[in-house]
Amino acid sequence: MAELAAKSDPTEAMIASLTLPNATWAKPAREGALARLRQSGLPTRRDEYWKYTRPDTLTQVTAPEAEVLVTDEAPMFDGTDRLKIVFVDGVFDAEASDDLSLEGISIERLADAQSDLHWAKSLYGVLEERGQTPVSRPLAALNTAFATDGVLIHVKGKTSKPVNLIYRHETNTSDAILHNCVKLEPGAEMTLLENGPAAARFNKVLEVDVADTASFHHVRAQGRDHERRAVTHIFARLGAQSAFRSFTMTVNGQLTRNDCVIEITGDDALAHVAGACVGDGDFHHDDTVFITHDALNGESRQVFKKVLRNGATGVFQGKILVKAGAQKTDGYQISQSLLLDDDSQFLAKPELEIYADDVACSHGSTSGAIDEDAMFYLRSRGVSEGEATDLLTLAFLAEAVEEIAQEDLREDINARMGAWLQRHRS
Amino acid sequence: MLSIKNLAVKLEDEDKQILKGVDLEIEAGNVHAIMGPNGSGKSTLSYVLSGKGGYEVTDGSAELEGVDLLDMEPEERAAAGLFLAFQYPVEIPGVGNMTFLRTAVNAQRKARGEEEMSAAEFLKVVRTRAKELKIDADMLKRPVNMGFSGGEKKRNEILQMAMLEPKMCILDETDSGLDVDAMKLVAEGVNALRSEGRGFLVITHYQRLLDHIKPDVVHIMADGRIIKTGGPELALEVENNGYADILAEVA
Ligand SMILES: Nc1ncnc2c1ncn2[C@@H]1O[C@H](COP(=O)(O)OP(=O)(O)O)[C@@H](O)[C@H]1O
Ligand SMILES: [Mg+2]
Repeated sequence: MAELAAKSDPTEAMIASLTLPNATWAKPAREGALARLRQSGLPTRRDEYWKYTRPDTLTQVTAPEAEVLVTDEAPMFDGTDRLKIVFVDGVFDAEASDDLSLEGISIERLADAQSDLHWAKSLYGVLEERGQTPVSRPLAALNTAFATDGVLIHVKGKTSKPVNLIYRHETNTSDAILHNCVKLEPGAEMTLLENGPAAARFNKVLEVDVADTASFHHVRAQGRDHERRAVTHIFARLGAQSAFRSFTMTVNGQLTRNDCVIEITGDDALAHVAGACVGDGDFHHDDTVFITHDALNGESRQVFKKVLRNGATGVFQGKILVKAGAQKTDGYQISQSLLLDDDSQFLAKPELEIYADDVACSHGSTSGAIDEDAMFYLRSRGVSEGEATDLLTLAFLAEAVEEIAQEDLREDINARMGAWLQRHRS
Repeated sequence: MLSIKNLAVKLEDEDKQILKGVDLEIEAGNVHAIMGPNGSGKSTLSYVLSGKGGYEVTDGSAELEGVDLLDMEPEERAAAGLFLAFQYPVEIPGVGNMTFLRTAVNAQRKARGEEEMSAAEFLKVVRTRAKELKIDADMLKRPVNMGFSGGEKKRNEILQMAMLEPKMCILDETDSGLDVDAMKLVAEGVNALRSEGRGFLVITHYQRLLDHIKPDVVHIMADGRIIKTGGPELALEVENNGYADILAEVA
């Protein structure tokens, strides 16, 4: 009790600093989320779930500043035909965005969605709330309560091109809270792209409801700005024979916490979550994944690779929960780090919790350095030490990048990471 | 071409002397063979020449065309024209064989101040060379040496050699693990590269390979030293009588 009281002060201070949007249909969801936030309180270092990542800069009232990085790199996904939706420091930019109409899909801004009978009523905050057990995720509840904007995407068919949410960062002090919902009807398909540093501090939630036989692809590129901080949550629910694939690349950023909570509720569904990150210096990156199998014959894969140098820290907390009756589950989890020096560290907590007897689940976690034999082999062929390191580093990341189905996106991601490695050669 | 004088080498982390004063002069256009019992230091010699870590040169020198090799990084030695076909080629998951070859060719060209090979030209050359060595398109696409049989790995070494066109080629037991047909392919690959300006050092256990790649000079190495040097007939002597006679003779 004493601990709760001690925690409630920063939580109340944060709540007092924010304004509950004047929402119509979302009002009950927002109020419910606020109640959840009050009940759990903001995370502290003492929370088991935040053992390896200090939440203080995410929970303090004022966001620490982050300098905007000026770069002449071409925008991400530039070679891919896509529908662009731009937010600058968390504020929708109509001029920079495309017209929000695309066949087979309806896209609306959260801030614009006023109708009392909005479809998103059955999704907004709903999966987030389900994701609060068995572990509470207070920063996601905070997001549902106070999100200022985001997009609501309803997919009824196969979309002709990806939707790209672009998060620009232009002000050193920006503090953004965005909430996106995607609902896929049976048989529907879509690719969602996200990129950009977003803000000095970014709190983002993505809720995805994948109906039976629907398919969702997600490729996200976080990062660029060195000092930015972000906490993101993905909550997904998967119907029968549906597919959910999500890949995240993270380069730079002082603090990133990516939670991914997936619930497989229909038989024969597939969930793949992958991440590749490269970090230098005070880079701290935390992937926390929780996949629940609650149906027959589900397949889940978690593939997380981290390249760390100059004292960077990588964290992986990954769990596969197989409920009683979820027979024939095939769960795979691998988390690996490539430590380019002795100062960097990787902290991993892989977990399996299985209540069904006919399942195949495996997990592994490794930390290693560049393979000296491979290094010498490459150098003996004339490849410089720097170039050989880059080649072997990209090779290390390949298993995660290969989770991206579309070749153009995969190449874009590889090129980004290759350029980063070249810039950060020691 | 390659001039090795009194080369003495110990392990870096251990008080173990492996090479105990090796002398070797290989002239351009010539093929030298080194034979010798297991553990005599043949691979160590090839590694030290190409710059592998873990060894300490305690005495002597090694020069390629008058330039000190031992002072250079491995990639500089490669750019200077040295090539080692590994006894145990390394598998590199995640790096495509083509990417690897192209990176290597262009890295060396760049280091020598030459123009990089265009993608089209590279593709043309690599296809021709691969075909000669019966290396199929699938092997070129796969990660470096991954899932290759022993023989395929060795042929891949020769492909790299053919692409890089080095001045001084060291082949470390390239024949071990090869069947007769594969050995012929490898020998043809090597013979195709034989030229006035190129030197070869062929490390082998067997006369077999030397039937196909005719050496000019044969050396016997034992316990870190070259104990006997002769013509091609020396290899035949080893084939027939083993090393015992030669070792006894020297002792
Ligand atoms: N890195 C190493 N660590 C320990 N021993 C080594 C190492 N390299 C070579 N040696 C030892 O040096 C000797 C020569 O080895 P090597 O050069 O491989 O001989 P060869 O190729 O003639 O069979 C052997 O006794 C071997 O065990
Ligand atoms: Mg050997």
